[in-house]
Amino acid sequence: MKRLIIITSILGLITTIVPPFLVFTNQIDPSTSKTLMLIGTVVWFISAPLWLNKKEQESV
Amino acid sequence: MNKSTSLVAKLNAINEYERQPIPESKLKSWKKFIGTYAGEHTAGTEFVLGPLFVAHGASAIDLVTGLLIGNVLAVLSWAFFTGKIAAKTRLTLYYQLEQIAGSKFTLIYNLVNAGLFCFLAGAMIAVSATAVGIPFNLEMPTLTDILPNSLGWILTVFAIGAITTVVAMFGFEQVSKFANIAAPWMIMVFIAAAVGVLPRLGINSLADFWPVAKNTIWTGVPLEGQSQFTFWHITFFAWFCNMAMHIGMADMSILRYAKKWTAGFSTASGVFLGHYIAWIASGILYSLFLLESNNSLTFAPGPIAYEAAGIAGAVCVVIAGWTTANPTLYRAGLAIQSINPNWKTWKVTLFVGLFTTIAACFPALVMRLLEFVALYGLILMPLGAVIFIDVYFMERWGLVRNYALESGKKLNPAVAFTWILTLGFCLALNLFADVEIFFLGLPGWFVAVIAYLIFSKLFQKPIVFKTQKVNLTSEPILNH
Repeated sequence: MKRLIIITSILGLITTIVPPFLVFTNQIDPSTSKTLMLIGTVVWFISAPLWLNKKEQESV
Repeated sequence: MNKSTSLVAKLNAINEYERQPIPESKLKSWKKFIGTYAGEHTAGTEFVLGPLFVAHGASAIDLVTGLLIGNVLAVLSWAFFTGKIAAKTRLTLYYQLEQIAGSKFTLIYNLVNAGLFCFLAGAMIAVSATAVGIPFNLEMPTLTDILPNSLGWILTVFAIGAITTVVAMFGFEQVSKFANIAAPWMIMVFIAAAVGVLPRLGINSLADFWPVAKNTIWTGVPLEGQSQFTFWHITFFAWFCNMAMHIGMADMSILRYAKKWTAGFSTASGVFLGHYIAWIASGILYSLFLLESNNSLTFAPGPIAYEAAGIAGAVCVVIAGWTTANPTLYRAGLAIQSINPNWKTWKVTLFVGLFTTIAACFPALVMRLLEFVALYGLILMPLGAVIFIDVYFMERWGLVRNYALESGKKLNPAVAFTWILTLGFCLALNLFADVEIFFLGLPGWFVAVIAYLIFSKLFQKPIVFKTQKVNLTSEPILNH
C-alpha cells in the first residue's frame, strides 16, 4: 500500500513538471499545461503527507 | 535561501543537546544533509532575488559565471568554516557564543537576530500577499515603492500576517511538516514554470537559449532607478547571502550533527538548486513579465508565477512565502523570549507577529531584499569570526578560549568591542569610500579577526580555570 502511495506521489510530481516541457516542444498548449500542473499539485499534496513526514521522522 | 524546513525546525525543537555536545550515537551521515539543504534553500526569497538580478541589469555571462563562483565559495565556506568548527565543538552557535562572549552578550545577539528575523519574515508575508491578492485584483507594489500603495495591500498583508502569527503561536509543528512536503514540489514548479514560458521569450530549441538569454533576459541594462550589477556583485552576493549561516556560524546548529566536517559540502544541493537553478528560473519568469508589460516597474512574484504556471504557480508563491515566514517568525519569538523565559511563548509570538506584519506592509522590504540579505549576513558575520579565532588560535597565541565561561564574566568586552568596531569599519567603508554593502563582508571579516585578537590581549586577565582544560566542549569528539 505504501509503495502505491509513493508511486502516486511521484506521478503527481511528474504531472507537475512534464507539461511545461511539452509546451516547450509544442505538443500541448499552455492552458492544458497549467491544468495538468494543478492536477499534479493536488495529487502530490494529498498523497505525500501519507508517507513523506513518516519517512523523515524515521530518518532524522 | 533560507530556513524553512524539516531538520532545522526539528533541531530547533529538540532541547536535549542545546547545552552539551552531540553524542556520537546521534551523529548523521552527509546524505541526511543533502535533502535538508535542498529544501531549505528553495524558499520564498528565491521568487524575489532572481528577478532582482534582472532588474539590476545583470548580464547573462556575469550571472552564470558569478553565481557559479559565488556558490562554490559559499559551499567551501560552509565546509571549511562551519563544518570543521561544528564537528570539532558539536555545539550550537548560541551556546558556543555564550561560552566565549557571556550570557549578556548572547542576549543582545538574540535580540538583533530576532529583529532581522522579523524583517525577513515580513518580506515573505509581502511575497505571499502578491499571490493572495490576485483574485481581488489587488494593486501590486512597484520596484520604487517604499510605503504601502493601497488600503487593499495593507488589509491583504494583515490577513496573511494574522494567519502566519496564529499558526506560529499554536501549530508550528504542522507547518514544519507541511514545509517538508512542499519542498520537492516547489523545486519542480520553479523549473517547470520557467521551461513553460521559454517559447514566449522566443526560445524554441536549446540553441536559442543563449542568444535570448543575452539579448532579452539578462540584458546587462538595469531598470529605471536600479543600480548596475556586475560580475562582482553577483559573485559576492551568491557567496555572502547566507553569510550569517556559514562564516557567521549559525549553521553550527545543524552541522554539529554531522559525522564528519565534509558534510558541509552537502550544502551544494541547496545552493545549486535554490541559488542557481531557482534564481535563473525566477529571472526568466520576470523577464517575460517585463517583455510583455513594456518594462513595467510593478514587482509582484504572485501574478508573475500565476501567468507562467497558473494556479499551481500562485499557490507555489503563497506556500514558499508562508513556509519561510512561519518558522522565521517562530524563531524570532524564541529569540525575544530569551530575555525572560517566564514570558509565555504565544504572547511573545503574537507581539513579534504584529511587528512583522506592520513591517510587511512596506514594499521596500521586498524591493530592497538584496541589500537586506547582505546586511543580515554582515551584521552577524563578526561573531562567526570571533568563534573561528577562539576555536583555532586563542591558545596558540597564549590566550584563553571560552573566556566568559572560564572567567565567569557575563559579558566579554573583547567580543562586544570587536562587533562594534567591525560594523563601524564596514559602515565607514560604505559611507566614505562608497563600497557597496555586498562587498563589505570580506574586509570586515579580517578586521573582526584582528580586532578580536587585539581586544582579547587587552581585556583578558589571568584566571583560575573553572573547567578542566580537556573537556567535551573544547576538544573534538571524533578524529577527522
